[in-house]
Amino acid sequence: MDLINIGIKSIFIENMIFAYFLGMCSFLAVSKKVSTAIGLGSAVVFVNGITVPVNWIIQEKLLTTGALAKLGLGSAFENVNLEFLQFIMFICTIAAIVQLVEMVIEKVSPALYSNLGIFLPLIAVNCAILGSSLFMVQRTYNLAQATVFGVGSGVGWLLAITALAAIREKLKYSNVPAPLKGLGITMFITGLMAFAFKSFIGIAL
Amino acid sequence: MAEETLEKTGSAVAKKPSEPLLSKRRRKIVADPLNEENPITVQVLGICSALAVTVKLEPTLIMGVSVIFVVALSNLVISLIRNYVPNRVRIIVQLSVVATLVTLVAEILKAYNYPMYKVLGAFVGLIITNCIVMGRLEAFAMGNKPYESVLDGLGNGMGYAWILLTVALFRELLGSGSVFNYPVFANLGIAYTNNSVMVDSIGAFMVLGIIIWVQRTRTGYVETH
Repeated sequence: MDLINIGIKSIFIENMIFAYFLGMCSFLAVSKKVSTAIGLGSAVVFVNGITVPVNWIIQEKLLTTGALAKLGLGSAFENVNLEFLQFIMFICTIAAIVQLVEMVIEKVSPALYSNLGIFLPLIAVNCAILGSSLFMVQRTYNLAQATVFGVGSGVGWLLAITALAAIREKLKYSNVPAPLKGLGITMFITGLMAFAFKSFIGIAL
Repeated sequence: MAEETLEKTGSAVAKKPSEPLLSKRRRKIVADPLNEENPITVQVLGICSALAVTVKLEPTLIMGVSVIFVVALSNLVISLIRNYVPNRVRIIVQLSVVATLVTLVAEILKAYNYPMYKVLGAFVGLIITNCIVMGRLEAFAMGNKPYESVLDGLGNGMGYAWILLTVALFRELLGSGSVFNYPVFANLGIAYTNNSVMVDSIGAFMVLGIIIWVQRTRTGYVETH
């Protein structure tokens, strides 16, 4: 039940885009066509579902106080806290996993690779991915919760970018004032969508 | 003395002994990102982690200064090593340089202003994936000399900071009725009910949309689909 709640919360209520503005760059840049939006979105779900639990393991087994001592390095490491290395560790893990995922997909499923391929390198610098890992630490989740949170926030991101892309495809036929074209009107649409997503507040099982 | 050495490096860098430290071209590198080439409103970079901190002016100011610091210094470092980095691993090299600088910012903040570190939370770390930083490294620092790269970093950082501060000004004024935690409306004796939409993320999207509208009306920039 707790896991379902975390899932719902990360998809709808604390949506990465509408509540935290994470991953906005690619959200704005790649939301012109629904098909590409879905491609990038699924890649984000995939990578986020892997990186958050992996980063959880790194955080708990390597970085926190006393973690090195538990690994069998002796009591001299009892008070060692490596959390200042958190950012570098996390971003390198993400970059490495993105690279790995790219290679695996290329071998296993060339069709999927040709669909996702161009987006995968972009994901390494997607704030939503690093953001999920940092939030996961901040909220002291356990491994199962972290996994659900990782997948959930990825799905929330997919939902948001697909919805925006669908609206922007229709937008081509409307007469938008010239200075508002593109980014301006997209900001307003996103604001209104955030409004709509606010109605999910309070939903819990 | 210090100025003289700076002057020397500046001209050595440009390989044109006659070019002054702040020549017209270099002033343009700094000034363009403030308005016509603004990273947020024109290049659409770095909106990611930025808007979440604009509820109040104070954290926004800290965030702006941190980003200026990180962009300028990472531009410098990458520009210095740009000829030694193999093209295939450049992204991870850039990320590690940026992550190191951001860690530095986070540690300084933790040591000297812990309450603010708590407020900003994960968003300090998210400067790493701020598209402005990576964007400038890719687009400018990889192909330009160190001094120009620093100027470019400063310009883009400031272009980013002033948009954020404008957004934060409206959000704090209308959302909390204050400016830098100084209760404006209460002290002016105006009865004002705080608009909670402004505190919410919705307000940030709307205010930024309006800023983009105003700025593009003035510059005449039109985006073609």
